[in-house]
Amino acid sequence: MEQLTRNGVLIDDTFAEAFGMRATAIIITAPTLKWARQAAITMTGFATSVIGCGCEAAIDMDLPASKTPDGRPGCRVMIFAMGTDELQKQLKNRLGQCVLTSPGSACFADLEGTAPLDLGNALRYFGDGWQISKKFGGRHYWRVPVMDGEFLCEATTGLTKLAVGGGNLLFLAADSAKAMRAAERAVAAIEKVPGAIMPFPGGIVRSGSKVGGKYKGMMASTNDAFAPTLRGVVKSALTPDINAVLEIVIDGETSDAVGLAMRAGLKAVIDLGPKRGALRISAGNYGGKLGKFHYHLKDLLP
Amino acid sequence: MKALTFSLLAEPEERLDLSALTPAGLAGLTDLDIARLRIGSGRQPATVGDVFKVTGRNVENIVIEGGSTRIDKVGTGLALGAIRVTGAVGSQAGRQMTGGSLLIEGSAGHHAGSGMSGGRLEIKGNAGDCLGGPLAGEITGMEGGMLIVRGKAGNYAGERLRRGIIAILRGCGDYAGYRMIAGTIAVTGRVGATPGYLMKRGSLLFDRRPEFLAPTFIDCGETDIAFSGLFDRFLIREKIIDRPLLGASPGKFGGDLAVSGKGEILFRRGR
Repeated sequence: MEQLTRNGVLIDDTFAEAFGMRATAIIITAPTLKWARQAAITMTGFATSVIGCGCEAAIDMDLPASKTPDGRPGCRVMIFAMGTDELQKQLKNRLGQCVLTSPGSACFADLEGTAPLDLGNALRYFGDGWQISKKFGGRHYWRVPVMDGEFLCEATTGLTKLAVGGGNLLFLAADSAKAMRAAERAVAAIEKVPGAIMPFPGGIVRSGSKVGGKYKGMMASTNDAFAPTLRGVVKSALTPDINAVLEIVIDGETSDAVGLAMRAGLKAVIDLGPKRGALRISAGNYGGKLGKFHYHLKDLLP
Repeated sequence: MKALTFSLLAEPEERLDLSALTPAGLAGLTDLDIARLRIGSGRQPATVGDVFKVTGRNVENIVIEGGSTRIDKVGTGLALGAIRVTGAVGSQAGRQMTGGSLLIEGSAGHHAGSGMSGGRLEIKGNAGDCLGGPLAGEITGMEGGMLIVRGKAGNYAGERLRRGIIAILRGCGDYAGYRMIAGTIAVTGRVGATPGYLMKRGSLLFDRRPEFLAPTFIDCGETDIAFSGLFDRFLIREKIIDRPLLGASPGKFGGDLAVSGKGEILFRRGR
C-alpha cells in the first residue's frame, strides 16, 4: 500500500467506506447544562452500533441558553438508523424512558426533513387527559404534567434520508497510551464539527470488526489484521512498531459533515505528531463494494 | 406594482360593508367593475366609486386610506395578500379570515377577527367587545391565526376561542376568554372581572395576578415550566412584546371547575 507522510505521520492511501442512513436531530434542554447532558447521555446510551443497538446516537453539540427554543441550556442529539420504522421506534422508546423521565427536561425538533417523526405525539398519552396541545409559530408542542412541573415536547421532528454512517479513522501507535492520546485529540476536534457524531464510548472504538467470522451466525468478528497480539500469526496489516490501534467511527447528517469531521480528526492527529500520538493513520473499508460513500484519506489531508 | 388604494372621500353617510374588497374578491375586475361594486347598506346603496377614490393596481396589496367607524367587515374571508387600513374600522374586521395579513392602524369595533382561522390581524388601536368571538348562533369563535391588539380590548375578548393566539397589550374588559374551548390569550395590562369564565381548556396568560376570578378557579401555586420561556421568546421574536410576559416560574390558576377544569390562567408573579 502506498503511503504519504505528514508531520512524520504515515497516512495510508486508502479510504473509509460509509453507508446511507436515516437520521434525525432533537434539542434537549433542562434548567442546567448538567441535566440537559444527563438526559442526552442517558438517551444515547447503548447506541453505539446499529448491529446490536438498533440505532447509533450521540450528542452533536452543547447549546447555550441563547440558542435553544426555551432559553435554557441544552444539547443537540442525533440518532441514526438503517430504516425509518426502526428510527421511529428507537426515538420513541428512548425519549419516553430517558428524556421524559429526566428532571426538568424539555425536547424540541432540530431537523427539517422530508418526513415527520413523532416526538410528543407519541408521548402525550402519558398525560392521561391532562396533556395540553399548543400550536404557535408554525410549530406544535405538547405539555405533559409530571411531578416536577411539565414535560414540554415538540409534537414531531424531521427525518433526513441524506445521512451517512460509518466514516472512520484508524490510529496506529507504538503503545496503547499513545493510541489513546491520538484518538482523544481526534474526538475533541471532531466534536466541534456540527452535524457529525461519534457513537462509540467516548467517541472511540477498540474492537474494530471485519464482516463475518468462522462461527456460523456471526455477522462480524474481530479485525484480526489490526490486532497487534496476532501480528505474525495472521495476515497482519501492522508493522513491528505498532502495538495498539484505536478507531473513530463517524455518522454525519450529510456526506459533507462526515468529510469535514474526518478532515478535522486527521489534522488533530497529524498535528500531535508520531512521537506522542499515532505513527500511522488508516481507514476501514470493505473493498468499496458495500458502501456508497468513500472518503479517501489523501483528499482530506491538511 | 403600486398597492391598490381606496382613499375615503368623506365620512360615509351609511354603514359600509367592505367584505368584497379583498384580493380574491377583486381579482380580475376592471377599474369600472370595482367602482360599481355595491358596498352601502341603505335602500340606495353606495358604490365603491361613490365613497372612495381608487388608485393602484396590485390587488394582493390593498390599502384603505382614512378610516371610519362605519366601515364594517374589512378583510372578510381574507385568504392571502395584505390589507392595511390607515384609520379606524367598524365591526367584524377580519371576520372569518383564513390567511394573509390585515393591519388596522386605528381602532376596531366589536367582533374584530370573529371566527378567523388563519392569518394575522393586527389592530394598533383599541378593539371593541367579543374580540375573535362568534356571531349569534355560531358554536365557536376564532379557530386559528394570530390576533394582536396593541391597545385595549373590550369585554368578552376571545369568547369561544378554539385555536390560535390573541395578544392584547393594554388590558381588556370583563370575561376575557369567556367559554373558551382551547387556544391562547395573552394580556399585558389590567384584566377585568372573571377572566376564563366557563372555559373548558386553553390558556390565559397575564402579566399580573388577575384581580377578580370566578370562585371555580383554584390556585395551583407556582409552576416551574419550560413553556413560559418558550412562549415569552415567541412573543418577543414576533415583535408583539419586547420583554417577557410570564417570566421563569409563573403562578397558575386551574379552571373553570364549573366545566372541565382543564383550562389554566398563568400569570407573572410579583405584580
